Amino acid sequence: MTLFAEAIAWIFSPERLLGGNPVSQRIGEHLRYTLIALAVSALIAVPVGYLIGHSGKGREVAVSLAGAARALPSLGLLTILTLVFGIGQAPVAATVVFVVLGVPSVLAGAYAGIEAVDRNVVDAARAMGMTEWQILVRVEAPLGLPLLIGGLRSAALQILATAVLAAYVGLGGLGIYIQRGIALRTYDEMLGGAILIVALALVVDAVFALLERLAVPAGVSGRTKRPSPFRRRALTPATAIEGAG
Amino acid sequence: MTWLGSNVGLVAELSLHHVQLSLLPIVVGFVAAVPLGVLAWRFKLTRGLTLTIVGLLYTIPSLALFVLLPPLLGISFLSEANVVIALSIYAVALMTRSAADAFGSVDPVVRRSAAAMGYSSLGRFWAVELPLAGPVLLAGLRVVAVSTVSLVTVGVLVGSRSLGYLFMNGLQRSIPVEILSGIVMTVVIALAFDGILVLLGRLLMPWTRAETTSRRVARRLRLTVGGGS
Repeated sequence: MTLFAEAIAWIFSPERLLGGNPVSQRIGEHLRYTLIALAVSALIAVPVGYLIGHSGKGREVAVSLAGAARALPSLGLLTILTLVFGIGQAPVAATVVFVVLGVPSVLAGAYAGIEAVDRNVVDAARAMGMTEWQILVRVEAPLGLPLLIGGLRSAALQILATAVLAAYVGLGGLGIYIQRGIALRTYDEMLGGAILIVALALVVDAVFALLERLAVPAGVSGRTKRPSPFRRRALTPATAIEGAG
Repeated sequence: MTWLGSNVGLVAELSLHHVQLSLLPIVVGFVAAVPLGVLAWRFKLTRGLTLTIVGLLYTIPSLALFVLLPPLLGISFLSEANVVIALSIYAVALMTRSAADAFGSVDPVVRRSAAAMGYSSLGRFWAVELPLAGPVLLAGLRVVAVSTVSLVTVGVLVGSRSLGYLFMNGLQRSIPVEILSGIVMTVVIALAFDGILVLLGRLLMPWTRAETTSRRVARRLRLTVGGGS
Protein backbone atom coordinates (compact mmCIF):
# COMPACT_ATOMS: atom_id res chain seq x y z
CA MET A 1 0.00 0.00 0.00
CA THR A 2 2.99 2.30 0.42
CA LEU A 3 3.22 2.20 -3.36
CA PHE A 4 -0.22 3.79 -3.57
CA ALA A 5 0.70 6.42 -0.99
CA GLU A 6 3.71 7.30 -3.11
CA ALA A 7 1.52 7.45 -6.21
CA ILE A 8 -0.89 9.85 -4.50
CA ALA A 9 2.04 11.93 -3.31
CA TRP A 10 3.31 11.96 -6.91
CA ILE A 11 -0.05 13.21 -8.20
CA PHE A 12 -0.18 16.07 -5.70
CA SER A 13 3.49 17.05 -5.88
CA PRO A 14 3.99 20.68 -6.99
CA GLU A 15 5.91 19.45 -10.02
CA ARG A 16 2.72 17.83 -11.40
CA LEU A 17 0.88 21.13 -11.26
CA LEU A 18 3.52 23.49 -12.59
CA GLY A 19 6.49 21.48 -13.91
CA GLY A 20 7.45 20.56 -17.45
CA ASN A 21 4.96 17.71 -17.72
CA PRO A 22 1.87 19.05 -15.89
CA VAL A 23 -1.18 16.89 -15.25
CA SER A 24 -3.60 19.60 -16.40
CA GLN A 25 -2.00 19.65 -19.85
CA ARG A 26 -2.15 15.85 -20.16
CA ILE A 27 -5.79 15.73 -19.06
CA GLY A 28 -6.53 18.47 -21.58
CA GLU A 29 -4.87 16.49 -24.37
CA HIS A 30 -6.68 13.34 -23.37
CA LEU A 31 -10.09 15.01 -23.28
CA ARG A 32 -9.43 16.85 -26.53
CA TYR A 33 -8.62 13.61 -28.39
CA THR A 34 -11.67 11.94 -26.89
CA LEU A 35 -14.11 14.75 -27.66
CA ILE A 36 -12.91 15.37 -31.23
CA ALA A 37 -13.11 11.65 -32.06
CA LEU A 38 -16.51 11.39 -30.38
CA ALA A 39 -17.84 14.34 -32.36
CA VAL A 40 -16.59 12.88 -35.67
CA SER A 41 -18.06 9.46 -34.76
CA ALA A 42 -21.40 11.10 -33.97
CA LEU A 43 -21.39 13.08 -37.24
CA ILE A 44 -20.95 9.83 -39.17
CA ALA A 45 -22.98 7.41 -37.08
CA VAL A 46 -26.04 9.39 -35.95
CA PRO A 47 -27.48 10.12 -39.44
CA VAL A 48 -26.76 6.55 -40.60
CA GLY A 49 -28.19 5.10 -37.39
CA TYR A 50 -31.35 7.20 -37.68
CA LEU A 51 -31.74 6.09 -41.29
CA ILE A 52 -31.41 2.42 -40.23
CA GLY A 53 -33.79 2.88 -37.30
CA HIS A 54 -36.41 4.82 -39.26
CA SER A 55 -36.39 2.63 -42.38
CA GLY A 56 -35.70 -0.65 -40.56
CA LYS A 57 -33.20 -1.55 -43.29
CA GLY A 58 -29.53 -2.38 -42.95
CA ARG A 59 -29.66 -3.48 -39.34
CA GLU A 60 -27.77 -6.73 -40.03
CA VAL A 61 -24.97 -4.77 -41.68
CA ALA A 62 -24.64 -2.53 -38.62
CA VAL A 63 -24.60 -5.50 -36.23
CA SER A 64 -21.89 -7.36 -38.14
CA LEU A 65 -19.90 -4.12 -38.44
CA ALA A 66 -19.95 -3.78 -34.66
CA GLY A 67 -18.77 -7.39 -34.28
CA ALA A 68 -15.91 -6.84 -36.71
CA ALA A 69 -14.81 -3.65 -34.94
CA ARG A 70 -14.72 -5.53 -31.64
CA ALA A 71 -12.30 -8.10 -33.08
CA LEU A 72 -9.86 -5.45 -34.33
CA PRO A 73 -7.03 -4.91 -31.82
CA SER A 74 -6.86 -1.16 -31.12
CA LEU A 75 -3.11 -1.18 -30.45
CA GLY A 76 -2.46 -2.86 -33.80
CA LEU A 77 -4.67 -0.37 -35.64
CA LEU A 78 -2.94 2.53 -33.90
CA THR A 79 0.59 1.34 -34.71
CA ILE A 80 -0.05 0.40 -38.34
CA LEU A 81 -1.89 3.62 -39.17
CA THR A 82 0.91 5.62 -37.55
CA LEU A 83 3.39 3.90 -39.86
CA VAL A 84 1.17 4.31 -42.91
CA PHE A 85 0.38 7.99 -42.28
CA GLY A 86 3.90 8.75 -41.07
CA ILE A 87 4.95 9.65 -37.51
CA GLY A 88 4.36 13.36 -38.27
CA GLN A 89 0.70 12.62 -38.98
CA ALA A 90 0.23 10.51 -35.84
CA PRO A 91 -2.65 12.69 -34.51
CA VAL A 92 -4.61 12.04 -37.72
CA ALA A 93 -3.85 8.32 -37.55
CA ALA A 94 -4.93 8.16 -33.92
CA THR A 95 -8.17 10.07 -34.60
CA VAL A 96 -9.01 7.67 -37.44
CA VAL A 97 -8.51 4.73 -35.05
CA PHE A 98 -10.63 6.36 -32.34
CA VAL A 99 -13.42 7.04 -34.84
CA VAL A 100 -13.32 3.46 -36.16
CA LEU A 101 -13.73 2.25 -32.56
CA GLY A 102 -16.36 4.84 -31.66
CA VAL A 103 -18.70 4.56 -34.65
CA PRO A 104 -20.23 1.10 -33.90
CA SER A 105 -21.37 2.07 -30.38
CA VAL A 106 -22.89 5.38 -31.50
CA LEU A 107 -24.54 3.65 -34.47
CA ALA A 108 -26.07 1.00 -32.19
CA GLY A 109 -27.33 3.67 -29.79
CA ALA A 110 -28.87 5.69 -32.63
CA TYR A 111 -30.78 2.88 -34.32
CA ALA A 112 -31.72 1.12 -31.09
CA GLY A 113 -33.17 4.41 -29.83
CA ILE A 114 -35.38 4.78 -32.88
CA GLU A 115 -36.34 1.09 -32.91
CA ALA A 116 -37.38 1.21 -29.26
CA VAL A 117 -40.05 3.83 -29.97
CA ASP A 118 -43.53 2.32 -29.77
CA ARG A 119 -44.78 1.78 -33.35
CA ASN A 120 -48.24 2.93 -32.29
CA VAL A 121 -46.78 6.32 -31.38
CA VAL A 122 -45.18 6.58 -34.82
CA ASP A 123 -48.42 5.57 -36.52
CA ALA A 124 -50.30 8.13 -34.43
CA ALA A 125 -47.85 10.84 -35.51
CA ARG A 126 -48.31 9.79 -39.15
CA ALA A 127 -52.08 9.82 -38.75
CA MET A 128 -51.86 13.36 -37.38
CA GLY A 129 -50.36 14.39 -40.71
CA MET A 130 -46.69 14.64 -39.78
CA THR A 131 -44.21 14.19 -42.60
CA GLU A 132 -41.57 11.45 -42.31
CA TRP A 133 -38.99 14.13 -41.47
CA GLN A 134 -41.20 15.57 -38.72
CA ILE A 135 -41.78 12.09 -37.30
CA LEU A 136 -38.03 11.49 -37.16
CA VAL A 137 -37.06 14.86 -35.71
CA ARG A 138 -40.01 15.53 -33.41
CA VAL A 139 -41.10 12.06 -32.28
CA GLU A 140 -38.47 9.37 -32.79
CA ALA A 141 -35.31 11.38 -32.07
CA PRO A 142 -36.45 12.84 -28.70
CA LEU A 143 -37.86 9.50 -27.52
CA GLY A 144 -34.69 7.67 -28.58
CA LEU A 145 -32.30 10.24 -27.12
CA PRO A 146 -31.48 8.35 -23.88
CA LEU A 147 -30.38 5.27 -25.83
CA LEU A 148 -28.33 7.43 -28.21
CA ILE A 149 -26.57 9.00 -25.23
CA GLY A 150 -25.97 5.49 -23.89
CA GLY A 151 -24.23 4.68 -27.18
CA LEU A 152 -22.17 7.89 -26.97
CA ARG A 153 -21.26 6.94 -23.41
CA SER A 154 -19.76 3.57 -24.33
CA ALA A 155 -18.05 5.11 -27.38
CA ALA A 156 -16.50 7.82 -25.18
CA LEU A 157 -15.15 5.24 -22.73
CA GLN A 158 -13.79 3.09 -25.55
CA ILE A 159 -12.04 6.10 -27.12
CA LEU A 160 -10.73 7.28 -23.74
CA ALA A 161 -9.23 3.84 -23.06
CA THR A 162 -7.61 3.70 -26.49
CA ALA A 163 -6.28 7.25 -26.10
CA VAL A 164 -4.18 5.89 -23.21
CA LEU A 165 -2.30 3.85 -25.83
CA ALA A 166 -1.71 6.99 -27.92
CA ALA A 167 1.30 7.81 -25.72
CA TYR A 168 3.10 4.94 -27.44
CA VAL A 169 2.92 6.71 -30.81
CA GLY A 170 4.16 9.95 -29.26
CA LEU A 171 0.85 11.73 -28.73
CA GLY A 172 0.95 12.47 -25.02
CA GLY A 173 -2.28 12.28 -23.06
CA LEU A 174 -2.42 10.64 -19.64
CA GLY A 175 -0.91 7.42 -21.00
CA ILE A 176 2.46 9.14 -21.15
CA TYR A 177 2.94 8.69 -17.39
CA ILE A 178 2.41 4.95 -17.67
CA GLN A 179 4.68 4.71 -20.69
CA ARG A 180 7.46 6.67 -18.98
CA GLY A 181 6.91 4.92 -15.67
CA ILE A 182 7.28 1.48 -17.24
CA ALA A 183 10.32 2.49 -19.27
CA LEU A 184 12.10 4.20 -16.34
CA ARG A 185 10.78 1.82 -13.64
CA THR A 186 9.34 4.76 -11.68
CA TYR A 187 6.42 3.12 -9.93
CA ASP A 188 4.97 6.27 -8.38
CA GLU A 189 4.63 7.90 -11.81
CA MET A 190 3.18 4.75 -13.39
CA LEU A 191 0.63 4.19 -10.63
CA GLY A 192 -0.19 7.87 -10.34
CA GLY A 193 -0.88 7.99 -14.07
CA ALA A 194 -3.09 4.90 -13.85
CA ILE A 195 -5.08 6.42 -10.96
CA LEU A 196 -5.60 9.64 -12.94
CA ILE A 197 -6.80 7.66 -15.97
CA VAL A 198 -9.29 5.65 -13.90
CA ALA A 199 -10.54 8.86 -12.25
CA LEU A 200 -11.02 10.54 -15.62
CA ALA A 201 -12.88 7.50 -16.98
CA LEU A 202 -15.20 7.41 -13.96
CA VAL A 203 -15.93 11.15 -14.25
CA VAL A 204 -16.71 10.89 -17.98
CA ASP A 205 -18.93 7.86 -17.30
CA ALA A 206 -20.78 9.73 -14.54
CA VAL A 207 -21.35 12.79 -16.75
CA PHE A 208 -22.87 10.65 -19.49
CA ALA A 209 -24.98 8.75 -16.96
CA LEU A 210 -26.38 12.07 -15.80
CA LEU A 211 -27.04 13.24 -19.37
CA GLU A 212 -28.78 9.93 -20.08
CA ARG A 213 -31.14 10.55 -17.19
CA LEU A 214 -31.79 14.17 -18.14
CA ALA A 215 -32.55 13.21 -21.75
CA VAL A 216 -35.65 11.20 -20.87
CA PRO A 217 -38.60 13.35 -22.06
CA ALA A 218 -40.72 14.59 -19.15
CA GLY A 219 -43.84 12.82 -20.45
CA VAL A 220 -42.07 9.45 -20.45
CA SER A 221 -40.22 9.62 -17.15
CA GLY A 222 -43.32 10.74 -15.24
CA ARG A 223 -41.54 13.89 -14.14
CA THR A 224 -44.58 15.97 -15.08
CA LYS A 225 -46.01 17.83 -12.09
CA ARG A 226 -49.21 15.92 -11.66
CA PRO A 227 -50.87 13.88 -14.39
CA SER A 228 -54.37 15.12 -15.06
CA PRO A 229 -57.15 12.63 -14.31
CA PHE A 230 -58.13 12.69 -17.98
CA ARG A 231 -54.67 11.73 -19.14
CA ARG A 232 -54.50 8.95 -16.62
CA ARG A 233 -57.82 7.57 -17.75
CA ALA A 234 -56.74 7.75 -21.37
CA LEU A 235 -53.76 5.55 -20.55
CA THR A 236 -55.65 2.67 -18.93
CA PRO A 237 -55.46 -0.51 -21.01
CA ALA A 238 -59.20 -0.79 -21.49
CA THR A 239 -59.61 2.58 -23.20
CA ALA A 240 -56.41 2.01 -25.18
CA ILE A 241 -57.80 -1.23 -26.58
CA GLU A 242 -61.16 0.38 -27.27
CA GLY A 243 -59.42 3.16 -29.12
CA ALA A 244 -57.35 0.72 -31.15
CA GLY A 245 -60.40 -1.34 -32.14
CA MET B 1 6.40 -9.65 -47.42
CA THR B 2 10.01 -10.79 -46.99
CA TRP B 3 9.55 -10.21 -43.25
CA LEU B 4 6.68 -12.67 -43.07
CA GLY B 5 8.60 -15.32 -45.04
CA SER B 6 11.42 -15.45 -42.51
CA ASN B 7 9.25 -15.06 -39.41
CA VAL B 8 6.46 -17.60 -39.86
CA GLY B 9 7.79 -19.50 -36.84
CA LEU B 10 7.62 -16.40 -34.62
CA VAL B 11 4.05 -15.60 -35.70
CA ALA B 12 2.97 -19.20 -35.05
CA GLU B 13 4.60 -19.26 -31.61
CA LEU B 14 3.06 -15.91 -30.61
CA SER B 15 -0.36 -17.01 -31.91
CA LEU B 16 -0.24 -20.16 -29.80
CA HIS B 17 0.70 -18.17 -26.71
CA HIS B 18 -2.04 -15.68 -27.54
CA VAL B 19 -4.62 -18.46 -27.55
CA GLN B 20 -3.34 -19.77 -24.21
CA LEU B 21 -3.59 -16.31 -22.63
CA SER B 22 -7.14 -15.79 -23.95
CA LEU B 23 -8.55 -19.14 -22.89
CA LEU B 24 -8.54 -18.79 -19.09
CA PRO B 25 -10.24 -15.35 -18.91
CA ILE B 26 -13.05 -16.54 -21.20
CA VAL B 27 -13.69 -19.67 -19.09
CA VAL B 28 -13.43 -17.74 -15.79
CA GLY B 29 -15.73 -15.07 -17.17
CA PHE B 30 -18.44 -17.60 -17.96
CA VAL B 31 -18.14 -19.69 -14.78
CA ALA B 32 -18.08 -16.69 -12.42
CA ALA B 33 -20.71 -14.69 -14.25
CA VAL B 34 -23.50 -17.28 -14.04
CA PRO B 35 -23.86 -17.13 -10.22
CA LEU B 36 -23.30 -13.36 -10.28
CA GLY B 37 -25.94 -13.04 -12.99
CA VAL B 38 -28.38 -15.02 -10.84
CA LEU B 39 -27.57 -12.71 -7.94
CA ALA B 40 -28.27 -9.68 -10.11
CA TRP B 41 -31.46 -11.11 -11.55
CA ARG B 42 -33.21 -12.76 -8.64
CA PHE B 43 -32.84 -10.33 -5.74
CA LYS B 44 -33.65 -6.67 -6.04
CA LEU B 45 -31.22 -5.77 -3.27
CA THR B 46 -28.16 -7.30 -4.94
CA ARG B 47 -29.19 -6.30 -8.46
CA GLY B 48 -28.22 -2.64 -8.27
CA LEU B 49 -25.05 -3.35 -6.34
CA THR B 50 -23.77 -6.12 -8.62
CA LEU B 51 -24.55 -4.29 -11.84
CA THR B 52 -23.00 -1.05 -10.56
CA ILE B 53 -19.77 -2.77 -9.53
CA VAL B 54 -19.34 -4.65 -12.81
CA GLY B 55 -20.23 -1.49 -14.72
CA LEU B 56 -17.53 0.50 -12.90
CA LEU B 57 -14.94 -2.28 -13.38
CA TYR B 58 -15.63 -2.25 -17.08
CA THR B 59 -14.98 1.49 -17.37
CA ILE B 60 -11.34 1.07 -16.23
CA PRO B 61 -9.06 1.31 -19.28
CA SER B 62 -7.06 -1.90 -19.76
CA LEU B 63 -3.55 -0.45 -19.53
CA ALA B 64 -4.45 1.32 -16.26
CA LEU B 65 -5.75 -1.97 -14.83
CA PHE B 66 -2.55 -3.79 -15.84
CA VAL B 67 -0.62 -1.20 -13.84
CA LEU B 68 -2.95 -1.07 -10.81
CA LEU B 69 -3.41 -4.80 -10.23
CA PRO B 70 0.12 -5.97 -9.33
CA PRO B 71 0.54 -3.81 -6.19
CA LEU B 72 -3.06 -4.59 -5.15
CA LEU B 73 -2.56 -8.36 -5.46
CA GLY B 74 1.09 -8.44 -4.51
CA ILE B 75 2.17 -10.11 -7.76
CA SER B 76 5.06 -9.24 -10.02
CA PHE B 77 4.41 -6.41 -12.39
CA LEU B 78 5.67 -8.33 -15.41
CA SER B 79 4.07 -11.67 -14.52
CA GLU B 80 1.69 -13.30 -16.95
CA ALA B 81 -0.82 -13.77 -14.11
CA ASN B 82 -1.29 -10.00 -14.12
CA VAL B 83 -2.67 -9.93 -17.68
CA VAL B 84 -4.75 -13.09 -17.19
CA ILE B 85 -6.35 -11.78 -13.97
CA ALA B 86 -7.04 -8.34 -15.47
CA LEU B 87 -8.71 -9.87 -18.53
CA SER B 88 -10.69 -12.24 -16.31
CA ILE B 89 -12.03 -9.22 -14.43
CA TYR B 90 -13.19 -7.66 -17.71
CA ALA B 91 -14.71 -10.95 -18.85
CA VAL B 92 -16.63 -11.34 -15.59
CA ALA B 93 -17.77 -7.70 -15.70
CA LEU B 94 -19.03 -7.99 -19.26
CA MET B 95 -20.56 -11.43 -18.84
CA THR B 96 -22.43 -10.73 -15.58
CA ARG B 97 -24.63 -8.18 -17.33
CA SER B 98 -25.39 -10.63 -20.15
CA ALA B 99 -26.14 -13.38 -17.63
CA ALA B 100 -28.57 -11.15 -15.74
CA ASP B 101 -30.29 -10.30 -19.05
CA ALA B 102 -30.27 -13.98 -20.02
CA PHE B 103 -32.08 -15.12 -16.88
CA GLY B 104 -34.41 -12.17 -17.20
CA SER B 105 -35.34 -13.37 -20.69
CA VAL B 106 -36.84 -16.61 -19.36
CA ASP B 107 -40.63 -16.40 -19.60
CA PRO B 108 -42.08 -16.14 -16.05
CA VAL B 109 -45.01 -18.31 -17.13
CA VAL B 110 -42.60 -21.14 -17.95
CA ARG B 111 -40.92 -20.70 -14.56
CA ARG B 112 -44.25 -20.86 -12.77
CA SER B 113 -45.29 -23.94 -14.76
CA ALA B 114 -42.05 -25.67 -13.78
CA ALA B 115 -42.70 -24.83 -10.13
CA ALA B 116 -46.25 -26.15 -10.47
CA MET B 117 -44.89 -29.40 -11.93
CA GLY B 118 -42.95 -29.87 -8.70
CA TYR B 119 -39.42 -28.74 -9.58
CA SER B 120 -37.37 -27.63 -6.59
CA SER B 121 -35.82 -24.21 -7.06
CA LEU B 122 -32.39 -25.74 -7.70
CA GLY B 123 -33.79 -28.40 -10.03
CA ARG B 124 -35.74 -25.75 -11.88
CA PHE B 125 -32.56 -23.71 -12.29
CA TRP B 126 -30.61 -26.56 -13.93
CA ALA B 127 -33.43 -28.09 -15.94
CA VAL B 128 -35.45 -25.05 -17.00
CA GLU B 129 -33.90 -21.65 -16.40
CA LEU B 130 -30.29 -22.34 -17.42
CA PRO B 131 -31.15 -24.03 -20.75
CA LEU B 132 -33.72 -21.37 -21.63
CA ALA B 133 -31.23 -18.62 -20.79
CA GLY B 134 -28.69 -20.41 -23.00
CA PRO B 135 -29.06 -18.46 -26.26
CA VAL B 136 -28.63 -15.06 -24.55
CA LEU B 137 -25.73 -16.44 -22.45
CA LEU B 138 -24.09 -17.66 -25.65
CA ALA B 139 -24.49 -14.26 -27.32
CA GLY B 140 -22.81 -12.63 -24.30
CA LEU B 141 -19.99 -15.17 -24.23
CA ARG B 142 -19.26 -14.58 -27.92
CA VAL B 143 -18.78 -10.86 -27.22
CA VAL B 144 -16.54 -11.70 -24.24
CA ALA B 145 -14.41 -14.11 -26.29
CA VAL B 146 -13.84 -11.71 -29.17
CA SER B 147 -13.01 -8.72 -26.98
CA THR B 148 -10.70 -10.80 -24.75
CA VAL B 149 -8.68 -11.99 -27.74
CA SER B 150 -8.38 -8.39 -28.91
CA LEU B 151 -7.42 -7.06 -25.43
CA VAL B 152 -4.66 -9.65 -24.92
CA THR B 153 -2.57 -7.63 -27.37
CA VAL B 154 -2.39 -4.65 -24.97
CA GLY B 155 -0.59 -6.93 -22.50
CA VAL B 156 2.61 -6.53 -24.52
CA LEU B 157 3.01 -3.10 -22.93
CA VAL B 158 3.51 -4.79 -19.54
CA GLY B 159 5.76 -7.45 -20.98
CA SER B 160 3.42 -10.37 -21.73
CA ARG B 161 4.16 -12.32 -24.89
CA SER B 162 1.31 -12.21 -27.38
CA LEU B 163 0.62 -11.08 -30.92
CA GLY B 164 0.81 -7.54 -29.53
CA TYR B 165 4.60 -7.98 -29.60
CA LEU B 166 4.40 -7.73 -33.40
CA PHE B 167 2.66 -4.32 -33.11
CA MET B 168 5.32 -2.71 -30.92
CA ASN B 169 8.25 -4.39 -32.65
CA GLY B 170 6.82 -3.50 -36.06
CA LEU B 171 6.36 0.12 -34.99
CA GLN B 172 9.93 0.41 -33.72
CA ARG B 173 11.40 -1.19 -36.85
CA SER B 174 8.88 0.44 -39.25
CA ILE B 175 7.67 -2.84 -40.76
CA PRO B 176 3.93 -2.48 -41.58
CA VAL B 177 3.76 -6.13 -42.71
CA GLU B 178 4.78 -7.26 -39.22
CA ILE B 179 1.96 -5.25 -37.62
CA LEU B 180 -0.49 -6.39 -40.28
CA SER B 181 0.33 -10.06 -39.62
CA GLY B 182 -0.36 -9.43 -35.94
CA ILE B 183 -3.73 -7.81 -36.68
CA VAL B 184 -4.76 -10.55 -39.14
CA MET B 185 -3.81 -13.35 -36.73
CA THR B 186 -5.66 -11.65 -33.84
CA VAL B 187 -8.81 -11.40 -35.95
CA VAL B 188 -8.40 -15.02 -37.13
CA ILE B 189 -8.09 -16.26 -33.53
CA ALA B 190 -11.11 -14.16 -32.48
CA LEU B 191 -13.18 -15.59 -35.33
CA ALA B 192 -12.02 -19.12 -34.46
CA PHE B 193 -13.15 -18.71 -30.84
CA ASP B 194 -16.45 -17.27 -32.08
CA GLY B 195 -16.97 -20.18 -34.48
CA ILE B 196 -16.21 -22.76 -31.79
CA LEU B 197 -18.71 -21.10 -29.43
CA VAL B 198 -21.42 -21.08 -32.12
CA LEU B 199 -20.74 -24.78 -32.78
CA LEU B 200 -20.84 -25.61 -29.05
CA GLY B 201 -24.13 -23.73 -28.82
CA ARG B 202 -25.63 -25.84 -31.61
CA LEU B 203 -24.45 -29.05 -29.96
CA LEU B 204 -25.67 -28.11 -26.48
CA MET B 205 -28.87 -26.35 -27.56
CA PRO B 206 -30.13 -28.16 -30.66
CA TRP B 207 -33.57 -26.61 -30.23
CA THR B 208 -32.34 -23.06 -30.96
CA ARG B 209 -31.56 -24.00 -34.56
CA ALA B 210 -34.98 -25.49 -35.13
CA GLU B 211 -36.52 -22.40 -33.57
CA THR B 212 -34.72 -19.96 -35.85
CA THR B 213 -35.75 -21.91 -38.96
CA SER B 214 -39.36 -22.08 -37.80
CA ARG B 215 -39.27 -18.35 -37.09
CA ARG B 216 -37.86 -17.76 -40.57
CA VAL B 217 -40.67 -19.84 -42.07
CA ALA B 218 -43.19 -17.89 -40.02
CA ARG B 219 -41.77 -14.61 -41.23
CA ARG B 220 -41.90 -15.75 -44.85
CA LEU B 221 -45.50 -16.85 -44.39
CA ARG B 222 -46.37 -13.49 -42.92
CA LEU B 223 -44.74 -11.74 -45.86
CA THR B 224 -46.61 -13.81 -48.48
CA VAL B 225 -49.92 -13.41 -46.68
CA GLY B 226 -49.14 -9.72 -46.36
CA GLY B 227 -50.35 -9.33 -42.79
CA GLY B 228 -49.46 -6.31 -40.66
CA SER B 229 -46.59 -6.11 -38.25
